[in-house]
Amino acid sequence: MRPFEQIVTDHGAVVLRVCRAVLGPVDAEDAWSETFLAALRAYPDLPGDANVEAWLVTIAHRKAIDSGRAAARRPVAVDRLPERPSGTGRPEDWDGDLWAALRALPPRQRSAVAYHYLAGLPYKEIAAITGVSPDAARRAASDGIRALRTTYAHATREDGENR
Amino acid sequence: MTTAPGADAALFSSLPERDGDALARLHTRLAAEAEHEGLLDVAYRTLDTPVGELLLAATVRGLVRVAFPGQDHAAALEQLAERVSPRVLHAPRRLDQVVRQLDEYFGGRRTRFELPLDFQLSTGFRRSVLAHLTEIGYGRTESYAQVATAAGSPRAVRAVGSACATNPLPVVVPCHRVVRSDGSAGGYAGGPQAKLTLLTLEAAA
Repeated sequence: MRPFEQIVTDHGAVVLRVCRAVLGPVDAEDAWSETFLAALRAYPDLPGDANVEAWLVTIAHRKAIDSGRAAARRPVAVDRLPERPSGTGRPEDWDGDLWAALRALPPRQRSAVAYHYLAGLPYKEIAAITGVSPDAARRAASDGIRALRTTYAHATREDGENR
Repeated sequence: MTTAPGADAALFSSLPERDGDALARLHTRLAAEAEHEGLLDVAYRTLDTPVGELLLAATVRGLVRVAFPGQDHAAALEQLAERVSPRVLHAPRRLDQVVRQLDEYFGGRRTRFELPLDFQLSTGFRRSVLAHLTEIGYGRTESYAQVATAAGSPRAVRAVGSACATNPLPVVVPCHRVVRSDGSAGGYAGGPQAKLTLLTLEAAA
């Protein structure tokens, strides 16, 4: 079995990205910490052939639900769609418009989008994690990404290309 | 309108793929919380010394492993994961006292280590050899044959050699003080140069 430090090195960045996309800038770091502490506790019993990234996302998903964060982040009515993504490139700026667009998605779509497009998990895994059928997981991801394209990317393109 | 998967992934380009500052902060927090929860079975760090960068690892019982660069730190960590526990984290704080005493030792200001030691990586005869090694004082040396006698098996000279070669706690458990009967230094887990460096350091003090 590999030292747990290796698990943090190999998967820490992806799990942080997923936590940020699902929970937003405020709660992401708490969720990451709870996820890796729980993973450290359970790690000695992890089967050798397990998909470590899917395992970590499963724990993160449960942490997000257990803490009630997912409920607290239900889609809010967005009167004003984000006008443009911040272009400063500073890490702390990602949260502005992208998070506003992600937050506007129903939680199931937001999770499916993050698990598929950021963690690279197949729909079958996402279905197992979120407790839906693979078809439903696929639909949630594709509906979510389509909504993101219209709200978030649309703003990007208009701002970037039409001048 | 269809969009390529690459374009969808590009939607997230403002979300950094690797936020180094946040990950460093989170790692420190994980190590502290793991210690607090009793989940930090093996804590480790590295330390630059005159005999190279040493890997230092400790359980809650004490220092469990010291490894030279030539012994492959990654392999040493894998051995700890296999034989002690896979709950291994880079967590320097548990090693603070070890680092302080090693700094004093290499600075010529310390002649014996006062540290809790965890000998679980060594068993049987090898362990009794290590127990005797801690009694060889600073600046002194013994031959492999003398150590064999002291460990209760005068004819086990070769076994003493392999006990020294596999010492999980070199420098702190002073296998470098065991030399050949003809006075030459003999082999060493950290390489012959490291052994000479340690013997010279101790002879100068």
